[in-house]
Amino acid sequence: MATVISPSSADTLEQRFRNALPLGIDEATLRVIDEESEWLAVTRGTVQPVHSSFDSGAMVTVWSGGGTGIAATSDVSESGLRAALAEAKRWADVTAERAIAVAPPSLAHSGSYASPHERSWDELDLGDRITLLRDVESQLVVDDRIVDTRASLGRRDVRALLLSSAGGQIEQTFNLVYPMLVATAASGSDAQTRTFGRGSYCGQGGVEVLDRYGFRDAAPRIGAEAVALLEAPNCPTGTMDIVVAPDQMILQIHESIGHPLELDRILGDERNYAGTSFVTPDMFGSFQYGSELLNVTFDPTVPGQLASYAFDDDGTPATRQYLIKDGVLLRPLGSATSQARSGMEGVANSRACSWNRPPIDRMANLNIEPGATPINALVGDVEHGVFMHTNNSWSIDDSRNKFQFGCEMGQVIRNGELAEIVRNPGYRGISRNFWRNLSGVGDLDSFAVMGTPNCGKGELNQVIGTGHASPACRFSNIKVFGADA
Amino acid sequence: MIDQQYFDDLVTNATARLNSDEILLVSAHTESTDFARFNDARVRQAGSIEQTTIDVDLIEGKRNTEATVQLSGDAVNDQARVDRVLERLREQRAAVPDDPYLVINTEVTSSHHVGDNELPDRDQALSAIAQGAGDKDLVGIYTSGGMASAFANSLGQRNWFETSTFNFDWTFYLRADKAVKNSYAGFAWDDAAFNRKLDDAAVKLTALAREPIDLAPGDYAAYLTPAALEEVVGLLTWSSFGARAQRTSQSALLRLLNGQGELDPSIRMSEDTANGMAPNFQEQGFMRPDEVVMIDGGKAGDPLVSPRSAIEFGLSPNGAAGDESPRSFAIAGGDLDADQALADLGTGLYVGNLWYTNFSDRPACRVTGMTRFATFWVEGGEIVAPVNVLRFDDTVYNMLGSQLNGLTSEPEFVFDNATYGQRSNNSVRLPGALLEAMRFTL
Repeated sequence: MATVISPSSADTLEQRFRNALPLGIDEATLRVIDEESEWLAVTRGTVQPVHSSFDSGAMVTVWSGGGTGIAATSDVSESGLRAALAEAKRWADVTAERAIAVAPPSLAHSGSYASPHERSWDELDLGDRITLLRDVESQLVVDDRIVDTRASLGRRDVRALLLSSAGGQIEQTFNLVYPMLVATAASGSDAQTRTFGRGSYCGQGGVEVLDRYGFRDAAPRIGAEAVALLEAPNCPTGTMDIVVAPDQMILQIHESIGHPLELDRILGDERNYAGTSFVTPDMFGSFQYGSELLNVTFDPTVPGQLASYAFDDDGTPATRQYLIKDGVLLRPLGSATSQARSGMEGVANSRACSWNRPPIDRMANLNIEPGATPINALVGDVEHGVFMHTNNSWSIDDSRNKFQFGCEMGQVIRNGELAEIVRNPGYRGISRNFWRNLSGVGDLDSFAVMGTPNCGKGELNQVIGTGHASPACRFSNIKVFGADA
Repeated sequence: MIDQQYFDDLVTNATARLNSDEILLVSAHTESTDFARFNDARVRQAGSIEQTTIDVDLIEGKRNTEATVQLSGDAVNDQARVDRVLERLREQRAAVPDDPYLVINTEVTSSHHVGDNELPDRDQALSAIAQGAGDKDLVGIYTSGGMASAFANSLGQRNWFETSTFNFDWTFYLRADKAVKNSYAGFAWDDAAFNRKLDDAAVKLTALAREPIDLAPGDYAAYLTPAALEEVVGLLTWSSFGARAQRTSQSALLRLLNGQGELDPSIRMSEDTANGMAPNFQEQGFMRPDEVVMIDGGKAGDPLVSPRSAIEFGLSPNGAAGDESPRSFAIAGGDLDADQALADLGTGLYVGNLWYTNFSDRPACRVTGMTRFATFWVEGGEIVAPVNVLRFDDTVYNMLGSQLNGLTSEPEFVFDNATYGQRSNNSVRLPGALLEAMRFTL
């Protein structure tokens, strides 16, 4: 296939950057992103137009005289970078007297990262990919009541290069895969939708990502479950135990642990948009966030997980860190900049969604460590409850405390046995209490490594992928409801 | 950002390189943006962005392939990129089947709009914001600059729509989550208008200083400001007015469409392109009518129909983009005087903003979300105290149907402040809504 935008080599960009640096600045960085992506979909039996995307651009940041200025440009020629650096210098000058002081990163080290990649897409060319999607999409149609179907496959190949006037050079390449299946069954004014993990079965790698999550075989089950939900009773209402499958746990982690632990939220940066946090700096080191069964890691080192990397977008080396251990809150999701502002230890989580947005504090891979309880024991200890599968609705207050989540499918647990399927299952809670009701953590057999492809945050707005892994977990005394409650 | 001549030349040159049986469609977004985000009235991040993307659709017979390409702004470089993307699309085309829903606008309708650029320079804007903030805890974002949407095809159609706007979206914080949200957006900065916004926020901030109260879950009378109502109906604009969502039973308005749900007869919802900020052409060159009425007299009207849906479902296209979402959404006003909102409410909740809405039961059009920012308990038409955050969970058929007491007479025009990927030129025009009862659950 023809190359549309040929990325410039790191050495070429380094030379242009150095030639274009303005005089009299403290430090400057150049972050260049080259991205090529492909999005395929088959909907209701029809192949949708193949869509490709070719993106290339750079963000320069200049620290000068106490101010910091940013300029993003899609012109990465030497003259383009010179103009951007001059513009960033002007912003640094304009804001110097009004800015929250941020020290330059003094980035002098070098390093690299590449997504693990077992099987090349060359073995499944465009025609084969379309044939695969047509095949699995047709398998979603298991009943006349299936009114809408979709099978899709997204791929992104990203090269991220970070250079610093202090001599640092970080080059990372990411190969990201996003498979998806959707089936909707309808009758009269009722409709039920079942999906392939609502997009959470995504990760880094090649063709093997499809097989990692069973994409080729999942369609008949998804179609059948959509029909079953149409015929199922509503989820019962009341206070009861719930067992939460990994494809709902990832949302629970994301919204009620991940976001409230973002240090930029705690420092107030996001109060006009994404919100603040019920977590305050004094809580780290002592606050009992959850039961003693709760162990949460920030872990960008998991092979193949969606948000794995070796360095964040400020160039900070990424390492595995416990955020919560034995239920006790230990450290926030705070990048080097936020750490300097707050005086707290954090993690390497400065991330930007592309070259045209500046890095902010983000989740990367945020995982619940597996416990020792087999799934049948998690269920077996529940007298009356619901097994919750796959998120389909999420809402939480701006302090990340009062939440209400809905799932695609529930299954009643009665006297320790899985019973009938129920539809419209939902539950409500308060973050600072909910995790203390964690009464069982599944073992490795129920542990799944997944991701959330579309997390929105920031001003300017940014959408970025985050990784989450979790076993099935059990929570006690939770307010559960169905559609008629 | 690029100008129209640059874009037209790019497409004209590409057209000259097409095979005889090929048709080329190109849409574009270009912007030159200044931004500054604030925390505690100090600049957290500030800078500029220059970007231009084009969406290229290459068609031969009933087969087409598409690509999005970032342009560099250098004519020689960009022409080469377009040539290479056409080559890529031809290669891909060999692997794709005929598209039964492919439709091309063959009616050439060109247009040209360039709004005046009266934007303040960055130092003037930052100074005005700093002065307005004074010693208050201000947090928010200022964006400013030119942007354009464009379309051109190999049949000779040329459309260009360029505006220069600013949008300052900000909040005054008193303490913790007690805050007043506001925005000031437009084409030319007016200190007097900005100061009126500041004064209004300062008054509400004073009321927030009172001891907050916790309300138990239950049903309460409520006045939703236009900003609060936007959070509710914003869910509908995502996925409920499009022909595809309606014909595949995924619209949240399914019961309304089937005659099993009712909205108040005063409810009129429309895609009001004539009075919006978005261009009157969509990305495939189809023109948008001045208005499409989706709900009229509380009953279902016309869906938003994209060209693909028109073929698939046997309908007439009405200028909708591929996502079939409105760009200039409007709800008609009613009879209530906004200045009398508190008096008309009597006793209940004044809801300044809602947040994080989502469907809790889509077929029932049941929506959940949180109160946020300035929400007050009102008695006898007077503010008594701020209210700590509450979760609501109620159906649109209740909120804009059986429990609706009225809408304010002068809908407010709000610029969309979204900047996902690029600055938005969407807008909404909404009234406030007075509700006899609204269900709060947590």
